[in-house]
Amino acid sequence: MASEHIQPAETFSPIFGRLTLDWIPIHEPILIGTFAGVALGGLLVFALMTYFRLWVPFWKNWVTTVDHKKIGIMYMVLAFIMMVRGFADALMMRGQQAMAAGGSEGWLPPHHYDQVFTAHGVIMIFFVAMAFITGFMNYVMPLQIGARDVAFPFLNNFSLWMTVAGALLVNISLFVGEFARVGWLAFPPLSGANYSTGPGMDYYLWALQIAGVGTTLSGINMIATIVKMRAPGMKLMDMPIFTWTALITNVLIVAAFPVLTATLALLTLDRYMDFRFFTNDFGGNAMMYVNLIWIWGHPEVYILIIPCFGIISEIVSTFSRKPIFGYRTMVWATGCIMVLSFIVWLHHFFTMGSGANVNTFFGITTMIIAVPTGVKIFNWLFTMYKGRVRLEVPMLWTIGFLVTFTIGGMTGVMLAIPPVDFQLHNTLFLIAHFHNVIIGGVVFAVFAGVTYWWPKAFGFKLDEVWGKRAFWLWFVGFYVAFMPLYALGLMGVTRRMNSYPDAAWQPYFIVAAIGAVLILAGILCNFMNFYVSIRDRKRLACGNDPWDARTLEWATQSPPAPYNFPEDISVVGREAFWQMKKENYQFSTDYQPIHMPKGTASGVVISAFALIFGFAMVWYIWWLAIASFVAMLAIGIAHTFNYNRDYYIPADEVRQTEAKGALA
Amino acid sequence: MYRTRNLLLAAAGAFALSGCQYDVLSPAGWVGDQQRDLLIISVLLMLIVILPVLFMSVYFPLKYRADREDTSDYDPEFEHSNKLEAVVWGVPILIIVALGYYTYVYTHRLDPYRPLDHLEAGAPVEIQAVSLDWKWLFIYPEQGIASVNELVVPAGRPINFSLSSSTVMNTLSIPALGGMVYSMAGMETKLHLIADEEGVYPGRSAHYSGPGFAGMVFDTTATSDEEFDAWVEGIRAEAGPLTRETYLALEEPSMNVPVSHYGSVEDGLFGRIVEMCVEEGKVCMGHMMMVDDMGGGGLDGVGDAAAYSYDRARTIDGFGNRIELPPLESHGGGHGTEHGTDHEALNGTEQPNGLAYVLAMDPNALCSPFGTQTEKETNGI
Repeated sequence: MASEHIQPAETFSPIFGRLTLDWIPIHEPILIGTFAGVALGGLLVFALMTYFRLWVPFWKNWVTTVDHKKIGIMYMVLAFIMMVRGFADALMMRGQQAMAAGGSEGWLPPHHYDQVFTAHGVIMIFFVAMAFITGFMNYVMPLQIGARDVAFPFLNNFSLWMTVAGALLVNISLFVGEFARVGWLAFPPLSGANYSTGPGMDYYLWALQIAGVGTTLSGINMIATIVKMRAPGMKLMDMPIFTWTALITNVLIVAAFPVLTATLALLTLDRYMDFRFFTNDFGGNAMMYVNLIWIWGHPEVYILIIPCFGIISEIVSTFSRKPIFGYRTMVWATGCIMVLSFIVWLHHFFTMGSGANVNTFFGITTMIIAVPTGVKIFNWLFTMYKGRVRLEVPMLWTIGFLVTFTIGGMTGVMLAIPPVDFQLHNTLFLIAHFHNVIIGGVVFAVFAGVTYWWPKAFGFKLDEVWGKRAFWLWFVGFYVAFMPLYALGLMGVTRRMNSYPDAAWQPYFIVAAIGAVLILAGILCNFMNFYVSIRDRKRLACGNDPWDARTLEWATQSPPAPYNFPEDISVVGREAFWQMKKENYQFSTDYQPIHMPKGTASGVVISAFALIFGFAMVWYIWWLAIASFVAMLAIGIAHTFNYNRDYYIPADEVRQTEAKGALA
Repeated sequence: MYRTRNLLLAAAGAFALSGCQYDVLSPAGWVGDQQRDLLIISVLLMLIVILPVLFMSVYFPLKYRADREDTSDYDPEFEHSNKLEAVVWGVPILIIVALGYYTYVYTHRLDPYRPLDHLEAGAPVEIQAVSLDWKWLFIYPEQGIASVNELVVPAGRPINFSLSSSTVMNTLSIPALGGMVYSMAGMETKLHLIADEEGVYPGRSAHYSGPGFAGMVFDTTATSDEEFDAWVEGIRAEAGPLTRETYLALEEPSMNVPVSHYGSVEDGLFGRIVEMCVEEGKVCMGHMMMVDDMGGGGLDGVGDAAAYSYDRARTIDGFGNRIELPPLESHGGGHGTEHGTDHEALNGTEQPNGLAYVLAMDPNALCSPFGTQTEKETNGI
């Protein structure tokens, strides 16, 4: 016996599959506490919503809506909620490693710790970073191109709820069963049927498959929107940079996510049907999985960062009162990154025994990506050059982004050199590097974007003082948390160790834990900022264009009317709104009825069945899996017979809405 | 050149002085030295562009603040400049060209598969390292001994590692000596390192491999030739043998395993580990490939899946305990989704048809690993 604990015995009943009461973790005080907190919070929300009679409006205006703006906001809410979950995991890990030195076991046994680091990675990538960027693209992109909604509004609602269903499945694993203990990319054979018994790995597979449906469909939707629904006159080379980055990211999503779906499907066949794709025996090849997962995985990190480049571009330009420097270069550089991101995947496993020529090829292609990325950074710098830079909160995040992302880029190129990677692979240096680009890149850009577009979404700015507090705590916290990990990486310290023999490492881990606490304070300031700003919304109220911005989303009301623009606008040249302001353009007052898509409950209902299907598959409850799958298909088919999909907003209502907006 | 090298060492030394062992920056072997040099070269090259960028990132927003006194240099039309564009593309490209050159040279020089004969450092030591759940087994084929969670090497002589794994992936990582390479079941990978100075260097698995992962640590002791020989002799004199049976016992999952030794090693054991046929009654992978190559035995071959089954007997639960799966009934020819029959079925007198087919083609199929056999027959080609 390797451990005094044992897993609940594998049983099977026709009704509950392999789910037994033994799988409810009542002996884990941490989980019981968490469950009590979540249950109390849920009850409180339930009671408040019932008391204020919010259920019907919530269902009508939010759950079933096809409005891209509301869907965008819901993606952001999902991302913030999941960030709390993912960050709680981070704090637990930092706490464990700060304690577990030189023989001490810390407070999390491997069985728990290994689930925590797997869940942290999965949640932060799939349900935080992806949800943030999808939220931004949903909210901002259609406004920037002068559209009334996305190309397939129902699909958009469906994508959101599928993503939510995936997120829920991950969270259900906290209280029913367990999560995977395999690392966020679940390399076989460890993730195969024999070395990951129990439901944890199956939660991973079904959560990602269900959320992946949403991501892929959302990618198709956005591409169609950008290609087909731009305002008349807006040429591709006139699109705002953020829209360009959205287009390129969605091309990457559509090209890369099917690879993930297929790879996970193969692993699912291995686990459920005794296929032998990635096993040790019967000719399986685990290295094939590693290749496939990184063929998706490397583009994935560009899927996350490219829209953030777009956000930074919009903010730098607006807050410097200058057009973006080198617009064409910016577009071409992003295009280069898109293509190159598909031919670098092997740099994630230089140490798996490839020959020197193969390693050299992938090392050099990786370094080449640094060139277009560097060009973008220079373009942002030269946008500020000879500008009039307003150092408001979005700009602070942007400068924090420039400094931190540049350092992260440098350590990334170091890791791209195969012989250096031989030493630093799987060390904490790697962990520090990718947090450096994901926190310093994605997260800082997301907070810059939230602060920048918040007034557009809600009609008032975020509080400046709390915004600055959040920024400084995050910025300093990041360096305190991750510089020690760089140092530890240079000592050769390995990632994912739940205890370590060398007590000399402990001070570094303690400093890193302090950094995590600083970041926690930063997150609290973020939420405090939302609270204070909503409370003081009268004081912080602002007009439609509070930043003196340049792109079309600022031509609408704040918050925009459901139809976005009161007329079918046409556009000449770049920076459409800046041109309109220069020409003192006014919308025509000759209002026409506006054709709009109608909300539908199909998306959320199908996703609910997808969630049930995933849960049933995890626990081998076959009757329920079949029933819920049939229900998904039936509702999907029934939905195609629903012809009551659109309506007209009468001209009078448009007039009234516009008049109200003018007063505000 | 020598002077730059000293500068590099000084830079590394500044880190090393801080009290902790920065193995990557002050390694104890030629491979690690080279990798460290490359790391520092790459940082210096990149700083050419990183430092100005960091400076401008802070300087520009401050210098061009909206509330500065003199805004006459505000130029809202400045959005394009061919000269600047040439610089911002050109300089990074030049740096990447330089870095690409170093990458090409060093990646070939430091290919982990390349033996270190060019160092002229004496006769290399062969070590076969196997990652087990959750400990390291080091077999010294030339010395005929083996050790668990302890690696002793003679300083100044190249070490030729052959790596494999019994179940999941691991990497063998001894940062003070140089980079790591994965160990994978059913495969043999190579790694060449050298310890230039005597000393004790920490080693571990650097790829997460399950609940006992953190305990896969070991000390690497680099000693003089004499001490190494004495260590070998001591083990030969005292420790028991590593046979197929004792290997299978050692392979059972266990955590935080103390150092132990084996005074002799059964011939061809590592080959059997790589080919996944240490257990009695298993077909070695080389034979399986040969059979596949000759047409595979068709449906007849399906019945004796147990002879090829490996992972099933090594199933573990989430806490690292082995789960004994009940033997499944053999369905004769072909069974759909079952895990394959348990290998016990083969120890009986009855042998399924498919296995007979294999044995008919090669009577040695169950007895010797393919690799060692061909090596003898083909002079190792």
